[in-house]
Amino acid sequence: MAEYSVLIGGKAGEGINTAGLSIAGLFSRLGYRTYMYFDYPSLIRGGHNFAIIRASDRTIGAHRTPVDVLLAFDQNSIDNHRQRVHEGTTVIYDASQVVRAEGYGLPLDDIVKEEKAPPITKNSAMLGALARVGGIGREILEDVLRATVPAKHLEANLRVAGRGYDAAGEAFTVEPVDGPALPVLTGNEVTGLGLVHGGLDTYVAYPMTPSSSILHFLANRAEDLSIKVIHPENEISVILMALGLAYAGEKSAVGTSGGGFCLMTEGLSFAAMSEIPVTIVMGQRPGPSTGMPTYTSQGDLHFVLNAGQGEFPRLVVAPGDLEEAYAWSAAALMLSWRYQVPAIVLTDKTLAEGAYSFDLGAVTPLPDREPVLWDGTGEYRRYARTADGVSPLAFPGREGAVVKATSYAHDEAGFTTEEREEVIELQEKRFRKGESLKAELATYPAVKTYGARDAGTTIVCWGSEKWACIEAAEELGARVVQPLVLAPFPVRQWKEAMIGAGKVACVENNATGELARLLRQHGFEPGRPVLKYDGRPFAVDELAARLGEVFA
Amino acid sequence: MTPDQPPGRPAGGLISPAQNTWCPGCGNFSIQHMMKSAIAELSEEEGIPLENFVLLGGIGCHGKLADYLNVNSLYAIHGRSVPAATGIRLANPDLKVICHVGDGDIYAEGLDHLLFAAKRNSDITVIVHDNRVYGLTTGQYTPTSPAGFKGRSTPGGITEHPINPLEVMLAAGATHIARGYTKKTRHLKDLFKEAIMHRGFSFVDVLQICATYFNLTDYYNEHAYEMQEGEVDTGRFESALGKIREWDYDREAPIPLGTFYSVTKPIYEEHFQALTAGKPDRRALVRKVVEEWR
Repeated sequence: MAEYSVLIGGKAGEGINTAGLSIAGLFSRLGYRTYMYFDYPSLIRGGHNFAIIRASDRTIGAHRTPVDVLLAFDQNSIDNHRQRVHEGTTVIYDASQVVRAEGYGLPLDDIVKEEKAPPITKNSAMLGALARVGGIGREILEDVLRATVPAKHLEANLRVAGRGYDAAGEAFTVEPVDGPALPVLTGNEVTGLGLVHGGLDTYVAYPMTPSSSILHFLANRAEDLSIKVIHPENEISVILMALGLAYAGEKSAVGTSGGGFCLMTEGLSFAAMSEIPVTIVMGQRPGPSTGMPTYTSQGDLHFVLNAGQGEFPRLVVAPGDLEEAYAWSAAALMLSWRYQVPAIVLTDKTLAEGAYSFDLGAVTPLPDREPVLWDGTGEYRRYARTADGVSPLAFPGREGAVVKATSYAHDEAGFTTEEREEVIELQEKRFRKGESLKAELATYPAVKTYGARDAGTTIVCWGSEKWACIEAAEELGARVVQPLVLAPFPVRQWKEAMIGAGKVACVENNATGELARLLRQHGFEPGRPVLKYDGRPFAVDELAARLGEVFA
Repeated sequence: MTPDQPPGRPAGGLISPAQNTWCPGCGNFSIQHMMKSAIAELSEEEGIPLENFVLLGGIGCHGKLADYLNVNSLYAIHGRSVPAATGIRLANPDLKVICHVGDGDIYAEGLDHLLFAAKRNSDITVIVHDNRVYGLTTGQYTPTSPAGFKGRSTPGGITEHPINPLEVMLAAGATHIARGYTKKTRHLKDLFKEAIMHRGFSFVDVLQICATYFNLTDYYNEHAYEMQEGEVDTGRFESALGKIREWDYDREAPIPLGTFYSVTKPIYEEHFQALTAGKPDRRALVRKVVEEWR
């Protein structure tokens, strides 16, 4: 398999993320599948940012530790990544900033001064040098710049990129591969698009890493997608606005991270009692509390499974890559409306802000589901008892219907009641919705498996660790089992998937093994824990080594 | 229990069958019946279909109004009905969205939402049942209780002074500000109708008698008066501010009732209306965004 890894590093504010995406674009142009991990501290200027871009002729979704090319804007980018450099690594550095390094030193200050170009074009010099090192033709480099750089800055970028190209030498040859030039999108962007696919009318959010870029992306594309995007005063307002929108008939979704989700929990519980649909994208980051805002974690699984006072059914899904994020965000929204339960799309910083080649055509769509609407006959009762627990919806403004929704225990018409029989019946009606949802999900791919059934060793994982696990499993000859749905837990599918599992390891980005705990709750043995809780995702090689010890 | 002389139109169909549990003498009866009459009259006079009214309640004695009127309602959670109201109005511009809230509910638990709804000129109406005490939780001080108020959580009397909610609303950018009193029912109904028909954020603080925990009937009867035409220039911020400051909910002073401020400004929800007009094929739009990705 042909694959390349490139690291680009520098200070915050130097455009490392954008530069990384350009590098991914360069490889995409040659037909490669790409994945980018972006690592940055929570600050605006200074610090050390880096992106690892990996390109392969196969689908990937994780990084590896060693890199083929290291592009360094500062000394930290050399000193912090010595473990990634090997014999074959080509180092290109800004000779204006870096004092101790071996490789191609580009005097970037002089280059941009001579070319009368703005400092940000230094990224193009690095891109040019990378193209040369990889034996990529100058015309392809220029194509990529033309496709990404705004017209008024294009000439300056082309000149500076040319200087970078001329300053380096060819170290290897990136052969074009037979594949489409796929766009490179982040998990957040694709989650937003998936929600729109599912019928989203309005997205409501308050900024919080790692979910902010859903808000930014959808706000920026609101006209293109014909949606409303609202940024209210706090997360409490966010979820209440979303519920108001949905009560009046508009499909809405919200996005946040742990701290914001804390504020949403009373709204979540209100959604459950009032049976107003809402979809929450919950991007995890390490806690407790503010924790490490720009790093990754899978530490909120039991929080979202149990959040909100009282007992009520909910849908929780955890996509592991872009195709799953698209399909399951759409499905979450549709199922939330079909069954009038809150739906949570659980992601993390790795998936939310990671960039991947996106093949919309390769998405296996999940079934289209429509809400159950009132047929207009008889007296409207918002909480009418039905066999599957789902009461037909009408919205205010509908002639002949008085739509009464409430946070209190209520009767079928929506009036407050504390009568024993009525309270029990309405409670049971809500739980029937959960059972109906569970039955529906039996036809969905709620548990996925990768690799041969008779492998004898099985890696269990969820969410963004999917691709690191798939690659590690290939190296180890193991199988991967991944639950996409975490509530209602797909017990039957899980049982079936784990037949003949052999030795089992459970890989998670948390300190206590949260999926493992969920599996135990359902009576399954989760196997040996392989946990990482430093805020970083597993590199494939790192994970393979850890798993090798566990399976030894 | 009904108010002394219901001056509104009879609208029996708007009273729901739910059993009423307010205390005898509670000011909520006046608010309920005047809102019922305001809705019935606006429906007839302005041709607004009854199904286009939506009431919201917070949590507190006031919120039961959502149960007691046979109108669309979202009986929300404590302090949070205002953002839900904005959401409803965002979804459907034809709806008249009326938020009934309590003083503990919205000046304590939900003040941030109230400020921001005013700031963004959300096209909703907020009616505050301001009895200046927590009723449903049985007698604690609220943000509009006067200094020295002895509640169950502050038996020694509070040392803090109340906020003047009208002044807060004026500062926050509310475009329609009024005060009513539950013993002046006809006046109250007119204030409701005016507030509901105002395009933009309208706010009515209703001095409401709490018969059980803080009965200020005699005090209000003695001090409250209806402002006369020309007493305040409702188009001028400074004039409104001066009149609003005549009484600060604390010291003894005449209490002006009526509309203090009413101006026209662009409505928050209108900015978003065009974005979702028609029935766009959003899946096609998604494909286009991905195909043209750069």
